[in-house]
Amino acid sequence: MSDATHRPLAGLRAWLTMLSISLEERLAYRGDFILGTVMRFLPIVTQVFLWTAVFSATSRPDIAGYSRDDIVAYYLLTMVSRAFSSMPGLAGGIARGVRDGSIKKYLVQPVDYISFLLAARIAHKLVYYLVAALPFAVIFFLCRGFFPPAPDAVTILAFLLALVLSFLLGFFMEATLGMLGFWFLEVSSIIFGYMLVQYLLSGHMFPIDMLADIPTGIAGTSLADVVRWLPFEYTAYFPSAVWLGKVRGWALVRDLAIEAGWVVVMALCCRLAWRRGTRRYSAFGG
Amino acid sequence: MGRYFGIFLTFARACLVRDMTFRANFLLECVTSLGWMSMNLAFYLLVFTFTAEIGRGTGWTREPFFAFVATGLIVNAIVQAFFMPSAEELTELIRTGGLDAVLVQPLDAQFLLSLHRVDYSSLANGLVGVGLLGWAVSRFAAPPPLVAWVLYPVLVACGVAILYALIIMLAAATILLGRNQSLYDFWFYLTTFSRYPAEIYAGPWGGPIRALCTFVIPILLVVNVPARIIAQPFTAAAGPLVAASLGAAAAMLVISRIVFQAALAKYRSASS
Repeated sequence: MSDATHRPLAGLRAWLTMLSISLEERLAYRGDFILGTVMRFLPIVTQVFLWTAVFSATSRPDIAGYSRDDIVAYYLLTMVSRAFSSMPGLAGGIARGVRDGSIKKYLVQPVDYISFLLAARIAHKLVYYLVAALPFAVIFFLCRGFFPPAPDAVTILAFLLALVLSFLLGFFMEATLGMLGFWFLEVSSIIFGYMLVQYLLSGHMFPIDMLADIPTGIAGTSLADVVRWLPFEYTAYFPSAVWLGKVRGWALVRDLAIEAGWVVVMALCCRLAWRRGTRRYSAFGG
Repeated sequence: MGRYFGIFLTFARACLVRDMTFRANFLLECVTSLGWMSMNLAFYLLVFTFTAEIGRGTGWTREPFFAFVATGLIVNAIVQAFFMPSAEELTELIRTGGLDAVLVQPLDAQFLLSLHRVDYSSLANGLVGVGLLGWAVSRFAAPPPLVAWVLYPVLVACGVAILYALIIMLAAATILLGRNQSLYDFWFYLTTFSRYPAEIYAGPWGGPIRALCTFVIPILLVVNVPARIIAQPFTAAAGPLVAASLGAAAAMLVISRIVFQAALAKYRSASS
């Protein structure tokens, strides 16, 4: 009886402890955090000027359905999406732990490694939002003229759900990637390849809709269609497109379901990689 | 001067031996930088499917713009290969007290701290830049005049000098502060402003940015001046541009030297 009632509570307590440790760790470098947050907007400034120049040279009112203001709003919104889905250092950290053997402590402690990583990442993100809220608010207020009127409550809810799912998707994708370290000694090149694909296909660089006219050689299939079969767009493009009203009605419900499906698939992959990886893992020395 | 050149060659040879010892890693680093570069080129190609020109009447149509991009690749490859690796090690040198060992050498500290490491893999992008420049120029309606070809390497050198001076000033800040990772990130983000033609910085926000990045931190002269000389019609307006680039490079080198020496004078050893 006591075991059955205590275990979930003990699990929750351990999880909250992990969260608070990570929170304190993160808050130690808050000055660096604020500076880093503000600086990450600088490349967007150049993008805004680039697209303004592109629109000034062309007579088209929009590009792939985006006006100049839409594109600026899109880039700003992808900063929010990426604030949820990007997981700096996660894959590299797991692979390093496997390589240098520090991961073995999670094998002997009554702590689930993936849960620990998730708690640490939530703490990381919470601190990030806490510190980044002000610079984000100032920049979005200054750029409010670029945004269309605020969407309805349902769209805002869908946007928030898409963001939470993008966090989970980003987490499980990168954690799975890091666990490839059980099979490969050096995964930095794989991580790099992933980052490259992620940056290009997530919509971080440009809205995926811009690929709609790029042929793939398969009849009736554009490059945008191919990108939509992959999970990457949910980590940057999708939440932004939801806010801008590019995805509506049943398409919105369908895409949210697909995003949730990708989260489940990647969570299973991550768990499977951990199980298989720890089975073949061997550590030497003290 | 000859002695310093000889020492630099020794450093360069040692780094080449090191790179060639880990050949697979070297190739991987080349592929890494080529990967990012290809992605950016793909993005610019995509942009030109929607427009014929970057900015109305600026003259930055597809081929001139790619000559601009190529110039950026060449300048940045030189900086990344010869100066950045050493600058990146500075924080560690200060933290471990290794800077003390540098200061007691019978050599100029700035020379040792900014030129002791060469990263050959960064030159891969520069080689692609040269190829891209050749491709773009071969498609110009009128080839650049001889004087533009003569001025081009000089102006590229000025661009490199301006970036080098900025790195030295950041190194000085590192010596004063002990650690400045954010400042190096700032350097990276600041240089993103130099990636595009200055004409795109227009309007009530663009004007001040353009003025700031031309006259205060002359980052816009780094790529814009050599690229304009080679990719735009050569007119009398080139004279002031060339003079501005030469002047800015000289001024930045002198200022960075003064700042660096002042920082070294304030350095207190971290070693025990």
